Amino acid sequence: MSALSHAPSTEPPGAPSRPLSPAPPSGRARLRRLGRSNPLGALGGLVWLVIVLVPVYWVVVTSLRTREGYFEANPLSVPTDPTLENYRQVLDNGFTHYLLNSLVVTTGATLLTLAVSFLAAYAIVRGTSRALRWAFSVFLLGLAIPLQATIIPVYYLIAKAQMYDTLLAIVLPSAAFAIPLTVIILVNFLRDIPDELYESMRAEGAGHWRMLWSLALPLSRPALITVTIYDALNVWNGFLFPLILTQSPDKRVLPLFVWSFQGEFTINVPAILAAVVLSTLPIVALYILGRRQLVSGLTAGFGK
Amino acid sequence: MTLTSASKAPPRTRGDGPPFLMALPALLLFALFALVPMAIVVYLSFTRWDGLGAPSWTGFDNWRTALTSDVTRHALWLTVKLMVVSWVVQTPLSLLLGVFVAGKQRYRALLAVFYFVPLLISTAAIAVIFKNLLDPNFGLGAVLDLPLLNQNWLGDPELAFYAVVFVISWQFLPFHTLLYQAGARQIPASLYEAAAIDGAGRLKQFWHITLPQLRYTIVTSSTLMTVGSLTYFDLVFVLTGGGPGYATRILPLDMYITGFQSNEMGLASAISVVLVLAGLVLSLALVRFSGFSRMRSQQAGM
Repeated sequence: MSALSHAPSTEPPGAPSRPLSPAPPSGRARLRRLGRSNPLGALGGLVWLVIVLVPVYWVVVTSLRTREGYFEANPLSVPTDPTLENYRQVLDNGFTHYLLNSLVVTTGATLLTLAVSFLAAYAIVRGTSRALRWAFSVFLLGLAIPLQATIIPVYYLIAKAQMYDTLLAIVLPSAAFAIPLTVIILVNFLRDIPDELYESMRAEGAGHWRMLWSLALPLSRPALITVTIYDALNVWNGFLFPLILTQSPDKRVLPLFVWSFQGEFTINVPAILAAVVLSTLPIVALYILGRRQLVSGLTAGFGK
Repeated sequence: MTLTSASKAPPRTRGDGPPFLMALPALLLFALFALVPMAIVVYLSFTRWDGLGAPSWTGFDNWRTALTSDVTRHALWLTVKLMVVSWVVQTPLSLLLGVFVAGKQRYRALLAVFYFVPLLISTAAIAVIFKNLLDPNFGLGAVLDLPLLNQNWLGDPELAFYAVVFVISWQFLPFHTLLYQAGARQIPASLYEAAAIDGAGRLKQFWHITLPQLRYTIVTSSTLMTVGSLTYFDLVFVLTGGGPGYATRILPLDMYITGFQSNEMGLASAISVVLVLAGLVLSLALVRFSGFSRMRSQQAGM
């Protein structure tokens, strides 16, 4: 313990606003626990950084190697003659088609989820009936249903409905499973919109649809962005529904493509990793453009 | 003032609220693909069905098979083991990392940016990456002949389980680190200042301030982690396919292989029911003992 507590606490490092102690707000007021050095923590932080980045770095440099280079070169060296041949190979294998599939499925499922969830959240927050309270409990309970436990009956239903091996077969269950959390997050957010705003609109004769459209919707933008990102990423990365509900190669979405590509090209590791890189690029682009939104979307408000 | 606000917000009466109809689309869609399947899966668990023809009633046959099958029992045990081990590995690490990157120094914020990277990669892609990275012949440890890392990670039954735990941690630690980072940033600095005045060292401060203050974050993170551990299907499926042998055949995988590869959908449905029950029991227990409802009311109160 003493080894760790080497930060000298010679004087109370008080922030001016602190009500507890009358100590004079010295010039070192900013010297707080958050500002102390922590070599042990830094070491741990660096170790984890290496664990995170080495595989990523390896993926990128390997995807630029030739097949011979993969077997000969030091795996962590920068490739001497980098090639984009692997990427060409991925593109030649229908990558853009799968990208399009992924975009269609993700957009469709996310829009569907948002539309029905927002309506439900609005009704639950503004509603007074017992049925709506009961609906909210259903969604809460729904959080506990593990998605994979339902794949057999979902497969059964989709097959019965003649939807097997279509993109719609992925969209509908993906949207359905995103609903509970989406509703709950939106409900939590909509609750914070003051009653008075609704009342004044109502006084002007606005109905529920207008209040929903021109009051609740614009005010819940931050929450909507958060859940959009969360839902979209989940669908985008979804693997199980595409795996069991589609079959033909031209219905593949990106995760399924990456998996099947590595099945077909087992020994061509650089090409496999090029597929990994290409399939990840859209999300990396999102991360660079809107890191803050992406982070809040990924934690879906759990970080609050 | 009081008068107007009182007259403007009369107690809402029944007819005032939005119609139930508005919640109906969400309820229907959710019911159709999540609640109705629950009923169907129970029904299917009493039938023999190959996935193509019509299911035929067989009574308790599947249940007898499932409950006495060594493979399924082992799968259940593995699922629990995976849940516990990955919690034990991830929780302390993500807590420490999260608290560390919550610091105000710029390099720590930068670290957090990089920590986030695994979250950008799809589970299937992560599994493909590590499948190649851990290859006994051409993987990183093998080629560089690193002392500890040169092992047949995915081919050895004992090691494969821990390889799976490692990859899961690699994938999900960033998320939980983010949670703890956000949690730690909300701890009032005055608490630490007061403790510093009292002469409490760093470890004491961590133990007596940081940890207790993070208790709701710990609950949230643990809830997501344990319930989430029932959903590790895709990762294990691509990484090891459940092997070598049955070494990483967790329950969801056992269900998938039984249903979609051996075409015993009825038996697989029985396994699904076990999975659903496990999920429900786990969630209810976690909610009861701590968690989610508390988190909700905390948020609703804000």
